[in-house]
Amino acid sequence: MSESGATTRAATTLEGFRVIWVAIKREPWVFTLSTVGSLLFGALTVADAWVLGWSTQHVVLPAFDDGEVGAGMLVAVLALFLGVALLRAVGIVARRLGAGIMQYRMQAHSRRAVTRQYLSLPMEWHQRHPTGELLSNANSDVEAAWGPIAPLPMAVGTVAMMVIAVVQMFVADLVLAVVGLLVFPAVIVANLAYQRLASPLMTRAQELRAEVSEIAHESFDGAMVVKTLGREGEETDRFAAKARELRDVNIRAGRIRAAFDPTLAALPNVGVLVVLAVGVSRVLSGATVAGDVVTVAYLLTIVSFPIRSIGWLLGEFPRSVVGFRRVSRVIEATGEIPYGATPAPAGSRGVRLEVDHLAYSYVPGQRLLDDVEFTVEPGRTVAIVGATASGKSTLTALLARLVDPDRGRILVDGVDLRDLDRGQLAEVGALVPQTAFLFDDDVRGNVTLGAAVSDEQVWAALRAAQADGFVAALPHGLDTKLGERGTSLSGGQRQRISLARALVRRPRLLVLDDATSAVDPEVEARILAALREGQEGVDAGATLVVVAYRKATIALADEVVHLQDGRVVDRGTHAELLARSASYARLVNAYEHGEHPPTDPGERDPEGDDLMAGEVSR
Amino acid sequence: MTTLADPGTVMDSGDDIAALDTIRRGIAVSPELTEGIRGTLALAVVASLGQVIVPIVVQQTLDRGLNGPGGPDVSFTVLMGVGAAVAIAVTSLASYFMTSRLFTTSERGLATLRIKAFRHVHDLPLLTQNTERRGALVSRVTSDVDQVSQFLVFGGLFFIISAGQVLIATIVMVVYSWQLAIVVWVAFAPLFLSLRYFQRKLSAAYGVVRRQMGAMLAAVSEPVVGAAVVRSYAVEDRTQARIDDAIEQFKSASTTAQKYTVVSFSLGGISAGLANAGVIIIGVWLGTHHGSWASDISAGTVLAFAFLVTLFVGPVQMGTQILTDAQNAIAGWRRVIGILETPADLVDPGADGEVLPRGPIDVRFDHVSFSYPGGPPVLHDIDLGIDSGRRVAVVGETGSGKSTVAKLLTRLMDPTHGAVLLDGVDVRRIAQASLRRSVVLVPQEGFLFDDTIAANVRYGRLDATDDEIRASAAELGLGDWLATLPAGLETRVGQRGESLSAGERQLVALLRAHLADPDLLVLDEATSAVDPQLEMRIGRALERLMTGRTSVTIAHRMSTAESADEVVVVDRGRVVQRGPHAELVAQTDSVYAGLHASWVAQQGT
Repeated sequence: MSESGATTRAATTLEGFRVIWVAIKREPWVFTLSTVGSLLFGALTVADAWVLGWSTQHVVLPAFDDGEVGAGMLVAVLALFLGVALLRAVGIVARRLGAGIMQYRMQAHSRRAVTRQYLSLPMEWHQRHPTGELLSNANSDVEAAWGPIAPLPMAVGTVAMMVIAVVQMFVADLVLAVVGLLVFPAVIVANLAYQRLASPLMTRAQELRAEVSEIAHESFDGAMVVKTLGREGEETDRFAAKARELRDVNIRAGRIRAAFDPTLAALPNVGVLVVLAVGVSRVLSGATVAGDVVTVAYLLTIVSFPIRSIGWLLGEFPRSVVGFRRVSRVIEATGEIPYGATPAPAGSRGVRLEVDHLAYSYVPGQRLLDDVEFTVEPGRTVAIVGATASGKSTLTALLARLVDPDRGRILVDGVDLRDLDRGQLAEVGALVPQTAFLFDDDVRGNVTLGAAVSDEQVWAALRAAQADGFVAALPHGLDTKLGERGTSLSGGQRQRISLARALVRRPRLLVLDDATSAVDPEVEARILAALREGQEGVDAGATLVVVAYRKATIALADEVVHLQDGRVVDRGTHAELLARSASYARLVNAYEHGEHPPTDPGERDPEGDDLMAGEVSR
Repeated sequence: MTTLADPGTVMDSGDDIAALDTIRRGIAVSPELTEGIRGTLALAVVASLGQVIVPIVVQQTLDRGLNGPGGPDVSFTVLMGVGAAVAIAVTSLASYFMTSRLFTTSERGLATLRIKAFRHVHDLPLLTQNTERRGALVSRVTSDVDQVSQFLVFGGLFFIISAGQVLIATIVMVVYSWQLAIVVWVAFAPLFLSLRYFQRKLSAAYGVVRRQMGAMLAAVSEPVVGAAVVRSYAVEDRTQARIDDAIEQFKSASTTAQKYTVVSFSLGGISAGLANAGVIIIGVWLGTHHGSWASDISAGTVLAFAFLVTLFVGPVQMGTQILTDAQNAIAGWRRVIGILETPADLVDPGADGEVLPRGPIDVRFDHVSFSYPGGPPVLHDIDLGIDSGRRVAVVGETGSGKSTVAKLLTRLMDPTHGAVLLDGVDVRRIAQASLRRSVVLVPQEGFLFDDTIAANVRYGRLDATDDEIRASAAELGLGDWLATLPAGLETRVGQRGESLSAGERQLVALLRAHLADPDLLVLDEATSAVDPQLEMRIGRALERLMTGRTSVTIAHRMSTAESADEVVVVDRGRVVQRGPHAELVAQTDSVYAGLHASWVAQQGT
């Protein structure tokens, strides 16, 4: 955006028309319907005056002259007035309903396109864009982009009226028509001035709205901290400062609008006066007749309202263009994940997992993983151990193919993940992330994610994840709504639902990224035992990759991969590493020091005994 | 709709506030809205008169001045032309000042409404806050308020003016012919009578639109917030289907609302047609069949009436349009006011409240019982004293009520029966500012704001300098940790503190508490496993943080209980044991011994 101010403004108007053109091309029939409605409305507004004239001429005056009137004529009056009124109502309905439908359809088209992109763009793209921005792209930006559709049919209809009026003006008197038409450039100038003055303010107002909303979001998120430290006043000040800034910008934009509206209304009237002044002198000099001056002036007053409706349309442009650009950035983003054509390798036991010289960096030059190599034989369990930021979570993201490596490859049963067909990796493997994400759905939906799975299988998976107890205690069992609007679950409960979601799929490769961190150690131990030894609903044979901190968890693994700064520094059994690696021993023993099982062996209580229940709402 | 929700704790939706009531209460909340209303009203009258007068003056100039019977009347044309120019200027100016003033008062009023609602959200009890989605709360102080603005600038005042115009038109009509005035009103009666019906329909339809909007936003957020899960489970198609469904529902709800709007609006045009036809037909009939009571109707009267009808129709249509558009705005306004109507049930005694003296606090639970509204009792008759400077651990199984103890101590909730006393003063009588100064809660998950570490720590004491923060960090043994951070105190923590690890977030929360320098520290111990080396740091920092203060820890770890001066064991809402660890663990078959035994068993694995 390095254009100068003036060209930006001109470009805004042009681009605004381009946005509208996109909508017309997409919904030509609804657009036609609403425009015809608008034309019908315009024509019948004129017809109304004609009907009144006709009635005066043929009914009222003769009736009072003769003292009586035929019933047929009265019926004709009623029919004419009602007919015109009904048709005009049809015109209004077609115009406004058409405009509404067109607007809602375009919004729906854009929202579908945007969310399809969210689902197909790679994770790197997601990481580069803040959540709030993506949400507003699908919501308020879409709304802003298609804002001009509401006044569109009216404006198009009135353009037609204007064309007719302008032709008539030229027929009446060329000079006066030219004088009168000076109104149009004046309107354009007024509009450009308005855009120039208002655009920056409106852009700023949009930004401020986003900031106000961010502050509110964050502040309400941290409501508990605000409350317990008694910082309500300071938070309110922080919010109020932005709210007041928004208020001041809105007032400034409002003042400009306040000047623009009456200017737009006055211009045609001023045009009439100028036509009148020129007209009088032309009539006196004999260049034209009075009747033609009246015609031109009359036609000008007729177009004064349409000019305003076009002004409303143009007034929507700055917001629309900003919104459309933001939406387009998402829709035009490229970088879909390429898939191969290979189906998932068949087999019922765990997969053989090979991690082959893996390197990955998010920011070029900053290696998060470097030359990572290890193999997990079918059915074995590997623990990935390392300090914060050693690359453990990055590794799990690569294992689930949320991102692709810069170098090296990951093979399951000899097949490179990148060669698998779309959706095939999910047939084999399941990742359980540290932060459990719950859908706005019931327990069943959150576990099955739409897969054809019986309730028995869902319960078996919940049992293996040690979640059957609290789910059974929920008011509607499997039908209880979860997610932000649903029952508040504690972090540990959410993690267990998320684990059941993985288990119900009977994965041959299960990746747990610190997925039980909020679960009590004793419960965690039961979960891991179920995973290793198998039970109803869980295959013991799955290959297991576990990122963990707890020593008890680590000790369960057949092998430990010790990561440090993105590199594998050692591999072996827990005992071996403890014996030979001082840094490993320090890492796990440091924890042992502080770590003791909690006093909570049981289930978390949905009645809110957990202070943070309901607070965790990502 | 949550299972926790019950009538006592739910946020007021505002749905049952009537439209006029909404406006009345809205003005009470934002008195700015009516500031200078008389002047604005006067300007509005001038502006709307001008909108009628200007065309008439132009018309007269054309008809009489230019098109006069004896050729153009130059002097009349000039006179009227100048008059018209003046009228245009006056109208435009009046319109400018009126709209400016409306924008100013509306935006000022709305800013006040926004700020008051925001503050009130923070004043609500924790329980109530948790019954609403965060997003829904945010939308109440953002987009709901925005919805009101259009209405306030272009709606409210014009509705009054329209009503005035309808009244004046009616009076003029009655003066001309009361019989025909009745005809006009009868023609419009169906419209006026159906208004209520349409308003109700519209209100309901827009209610559905708002609900579908919320559902759509939730669906749209899934591929964004849950991107990793959607991707790794390959449920893109299902997610898209759910989103498409929500988008479709929203679209159809919007279309339905639009249908009612459009039909209600187009009715006005039909009434106008009826009125015109009625005036002519009945006017002619009355005029030609001279009854004794209609002898005054002439052709002139009928024709003048046809013109008067247009004066009547214009404002009626304007009014219906405003009423229709108002539904959406009122709906938004109502929701914001709904927040303010939700009681903030913990009353701050404010200036009349007592102020706690500094120094370690002694705590007393005086026969305290607590139950959530409509729920079973969580705590029964807790009677407990904690001497100042003691370090107490509260243990018990989940659901035992131990976290409730922390909430009552920090006055996040008030007891149902009994009282919590700090230094002998009922917490309900302590000024909120003093209470928050002296008592600090460190929750399991220390929430951080998207700012620097320094700013987050300073949340504990606003006037702390960087040096004081560093000194405070050194006291907790966190100096070397700060030094490892890329920008030290100026390191940004990211949204919700997510650039830091869970353990680091806890460190910041401890530092924040230390800087706040409370006399009573209430800790809800974190359960999450974190980086082992950080875990050690946290332990050391906690140790130092508790030194010299009264502390109550809701302990999830036996080691915490072991190192406390005293352990309070809560079981099923009652205190069943208390004393030092060694003493309690020796009481065989006790709850504490059971808890401890399960820990020992766990150690073995």
